[in-house]
Amino acid sequence: MMNPLIPLFVAVPLAGAFLTIILGRFITAIPRYMALAVLLFLAFISFWSLVTGGDGSSVYTLGGWEPVEGVPIGLYLIHDGFSALLLCLISLVGLLSVTYSVSYMARYTSENYFYSLFCLMIAGMNGVVLSGDIFNIYVFLEISAISSYALVAFGVEKNELEATLKYQVLGVVASFMILFAIGFIYWSAKTLNIADIRTVFSADYDNSHYLLIQILLLTGFGLKAAIIPFHAWLPDAHSSAPSPISAMLSGVLIKAVGIYVIIRLFFNMFEVTEGMSIVITTLGALSMAVGVFLAIGQWDIKRLLAYHSISQMGYVVMSVGIGMILMARGIRSEVAALAITGGIFHMLNHAAFKGLLFLNAGAIEYSVGTRDLREMGGLAKGMPVTSATSLAASLSISGIPPFNGFFSKLIIIVAAVMGRFYFLALLAVIVSIITLASFMKFQRYAFYNVEPGKIRNDIKEVPVPMLLSMITLAVVCLLLSLLALPGLRETVLSPATDILMDQLKYSSQITGM
Amino acid sequence: MTVYWLCFILFLVGLYGVITRRNLIKIAISLSVMEFSCFLFLALIGYTEGGVAPIVDTADPVKTYVDPLPQAMVLTAIVIGLATTAMLMAVIIRIYRKYGTFDIREIKNLRG
Repeated sequence: MMNPLIPLFVAVPLAGAFLTIILGRFITAIPRYMALAVLLFLAFISFWSLVTGGDGSSVYTLGGWEPVEGVPIGLYLIHDGFSALLLCLISLVGLLSVTYSVSYMARYTSENYFYSLFCLMIAGMNGVVLSGDIFNIYVFLEISAISSYALVAFGVEKNELEATLKYQVLGVVASFMILFAIGFIYWSAKTLNIADIRTVFSADYDNSHYLLIQILLLTGFGLKAAIIPFHAWLPDAHSSAPSPISAMLSGVLIKAVGIYVIIRLFFNMFEVTEGMSIVITTLGALSMAVGVFLAIGQWDIKRLLAYHSISQMGYVVMSVGIGMILMARGIRSEVAALAITGGIFHMLNHAAFKGLLFLNAGAIEYSVGTRDLREMGGLAKGMPVTSATSLAASLSISGIPPFNGFFSKLIIIVAAVMGRFYFLALLAVIVSIITLASFMKFQRYAFYNVEPGKIRNDIKEVPVPMLLSMITLAVVCLLLSLLALPGLRETVLSPATDILMDQLKYSSQITGM
Repeated sequence: MTVYWLCFILFLVGLYGVITRRNLIKIAISLSVMEFSCFLFLALIGYTEGGVAPIVDTADPVKTYVDPLPQAMVLTAIVIGLATTAMLMAVIIRIYRKYGTFDIREIKNLRG
């Protein structure tokens, strides 16, 4: 089946970015509405594609270059179950962040640059998610990375510049490792199409030949995804950026250009091997545990949230890693499917609640003017909506039913127990409890703890567009838990798991077309 | 084979520079060294001994051609590398205006 909308996912935000900056010179109100319109359109077509896509892949060949003797030439954009979920995520969180920015960014200068870079970042991420060609992934990755470097530095004060320098140096090193790995892949496979590389690799497969490539790719994309030994830039970059951008970076960017690509390449390009899966699981478990311990001592709200992003991404990586180990051993494939489903489900949930938490942090900063928890207190009275939505998000991230975080963590822990990874299951439970403790601290110091003599009556609730996006995300947090229900889980999450689990389906679908 | 090893050594020289240098400009230069080692590697992959530019000549069809795809990749990567370097330089100039130094040891507002 062919989905005619696929090129629009990249073309519309790209065109939006350039039109925004040109038209914004003449009419100052245009950029924000333009960005809103672009994101609204993307949200609409991404959900439409998710609903109508089913479990098949849909391939678009750029420029109409048909395969020659079964070998794909030209660039492929591929829309399948897994990328459909990521596209919905990007456009939903992007839409709500833009709505939020309409009020939030009013105090910054040169708004048109902001919206232009925002659209460019969206175009890059959509491209990474859709691309079926490994060099194309690199190109789109750089588009989104360069615009996010600029967006992190948008405040151009001391902290922002320092954060963006760290982010940029590490990001550039990561990009070169990826480029080097792409060079090695082309050297040994003589093709760049992921499905075709898989076909070439699986004839006479010997993993020791590809170990260097795998390590370079894992390091490169691990740096982009901020898995624990490569995490140093994340807390600085995500806490210094303007809040809607923090929501985008933590909510979507590290998933789309980091975790998504790791999962896609290690399942659909390389054969799953036990050694590499153990490395991935270990990295995930480490991020999960170390991230939460680094988070608990923080007093800056956004730094606290940023460290929790590392920890929650650890859940995703660990869970997918468990699935990989079971697949490599060739045993209990239903448990492996459960683990991978849990990981993907947690990735969706994390985008919703971490996006919401960063928007809440931005709302607090907007009204109170500080990010230090020790200088807050008693905000629940002045900011009832922010308080309620942040409570919903805090309960989600710490895994309290009926919010979405509970169900995905439950699936991950059940899968770990069923796969006999008792230590990892215990670790996941402990990390979840520490997360709860850390968010109780956040709630208490920010919203409830009123010291006598420090009651502030001058705190006002934030403007309507900001409230609107926070409330919508809180509702999304509740609604996502419906995905755990048997009927919905099969239609939404299973296509994504199938494309990863079925070793040859991806490549045969694309090269066989 | 030696030329590939030299290329890899150039990559490591760049990485060493990024890790050990204290001056922001020198870090940017080291990043460029890494960048060019990648480009060199890509160009080497496409090279064939005695190959000519891949323009198919019907009069004389038994020529050895070099692989054009890595060359296209290098061109794309050079454009991207230019954008990253420009962005990095812009940030470094801004940092110099705010902090008054290029020394990375004195740029340490963010901790923890």
